[in-house]
Amino acid sequence: MDLIKPDFGLVFWSLITFVILLFVLRKFAWKPILGAVEDREEGIKSALASAENARKEMENLKADNERILQEARSEREALLKEAREIKAKIIADAEEDAQAKASKMIEQAQAAIESEKKAAMAELKNHVAGLSLEIAEKVVREELSNKDKQLQLVESMLGEATLN
Amino acid sequence: MTITGIAAIGAGLAAIGAGMGIGRIGGSAMDAMARQPEIQGKIQTSALILAAFVEAVALFGVVAALIV
Amino acid sequence: MTLNTFKSALFSVLFLTVSFFGYASEDAHSENKEEFNPKEMILHHVKDAYGMHIIDINGHPISIPLPIILYTDSGLTTFMSSEFHHDYNGEVVVEKDGQRFVNVHEKIYRLNDGETTVKYDAEHHPINAERPWDFSITRNVFMMWVSVIVLLFIFLTTAKQYKKSGNYVPKGIASFMEPLIVFVRDEIAKPMIGEHKYKRFMPYLLTVFFFIWINNIFGLIPILNGANLSGNIAFTFSLAFCTFLITTFSGNKHYWKHIFWMPGVPVPMKIFLMPIEIVGMFVKPISLMIRLFANITAGHIIILALMSLIFIFETIAVAPVSIAFSLFIGIIEIVVTAIQAYIFTVLSALYFGMATEEAH
Repeated sequence: MDLIKPDFGLVFWSLITFVILLFVLRKFAWKPILGAVEDREEGIKSALASAENARKEMENLKADNERILQEARSEREALLKEAREIKAKIIADAEEDAQAKASKMIEQAQAAIESEKKAAMAELKNHVAGLSLEIAEKVVREELSNKDKQLQLVESMLGEATLN
Repeated sequence: MTITGIAAIGAGLAAIGAGMGIGRIGGSAMDAMARQPEIQGKIQTSALILAAFVEAVALFGVVAALIV
Repeated sequence: MTLNTFKSALFSVLFLTVSFFGYASEDAHSENKEEFNPKEMILHHVKDAYGMHIIDINGHPISIPLPIILYTDSGLTTFMSSEFHHDYNGEVVVEKDGQRFVNVHEKIYRLNDGETTVKYDAEHHPINAERPWDFSITRNVFMMWVSVIVLLFIFLTTAKQYKKSGNYVPKGIASFMEPLIVFVRDEIAKPMIGEHKYKRFMPYLLTVFFFIWINNIFGLIPILNGANLSGNIAFTFSLAFCTFLITTFSGNKHYWKHIFWMPGVPVPMKIFLMPIEIVGMFVKPISLMIRLFANITAGHIIILALMSLIFIFETIAVAPVSIAFSLFIGIIEIVVTAIQAYIFTVLSALYFGMATEEAH
């Protein structure tokens, strides 16, 4: 039956036409169209990717900020703490120093007072000795001018001496 | 009965076979789609391809009937 | 809803008026001469023809003459198909370059030297004539070229629009064609061939898809009298042959190993499978060829047979029934045009995928 017998002429023309159509369309239609479609898809994909990247970067940035803030906060805390410690130490040191100085000064003052006292005492002794001698001289003189009195004195002295 | 009549009966038998085959494919594809609507597209594609294969057998029968 | 119903009703009326007059007038013509023979009428419509017959008006056929190109022992002979005066029963003898040609059922025979009329044997085959090499521009070739022009127009315009719009936003016809192209790429090429190798086959798949589709559609347009190109086995043979060539030449080591020495089965099985696989290599494109041819031809035959019912029963009362049925089949055929183009492309892609698949 010739319904299913391929006609030579039609096969010939079909093959030629199809091959020419294939090459023409490939060069002038499919290449630009597919290229454009792919370019667009690529563009969309890269845009999405860059958006995603930007989002991630943003997140990173935020996290960084947070971290930095946290760090700054803790650093400040540490600084404050240190400062407080230093302050306390300085105060303590100063107190101690002052204490030491004060006690030293007091000591010095005491020492000075002591030496002054000693000196004063020595002077006083000297003075008292001088005065005593003078008095004694005066008294003796007076006493020696008066015989009775001399005797009395000798007597009292002797009496005292025996008593001692 | 002429030889053409026998050929026509043969073509009819081929059509019955293909009809049953395609019916089964269609039914199973529907079942599968109802069960998993999310892969409907894939099921449709493979159902069409399978139907084409089954149909080819029937068409071979028809062509054989045409040759007679 | 109502609008759609109205639209489809309008469409069907238009569709049927055209097809009814198209078929009916010619059928009436042949009926005048002899008793109406539906088989002959249908085959005449389904098969190729010289000259593009449009319509008969009052028994006077109107057709576009097409060139007939014959290659005989004495070289090329060309003349227009109108010289046969619409005869395809071998009655009109055309004399060119000292040779005589007749048209017997849309096949041109060259009468042997000295013969003036064609004689037939018991099975109506000419006995005193032989067929020359026939490169005629038949109505199928003509419609094929029309479809090529339409395709080129559509896709070159599309490509130009992409070039024009710098930001690649599809506009106009491109926005209509792009989903189809992306469909072929994403639903056919990528799943069947694979993400990495599909690009090489894209031009072939796209061309085959649209070429088959547009010719399927042209075959359905009644006024063209069913220039049934994609329902012609010569055409489907050519396309299937191209698929076969591409499959064979892009087959890698793995593919050939699968055919000649199936891996993973015992040796007797390998020897048993080899002839089966070799036959399969040829059966695949042959089934492609038969599938497209038989589907489209069957659709045409059914529509024409339903139309013939009117003339078989010789009453207008059958007309509504046969029109309703052929409308139904016609709508199915519209779907089939796309499905068959899709199936041909999918299976071609599948075969390419099998040929280029890597060992796993």
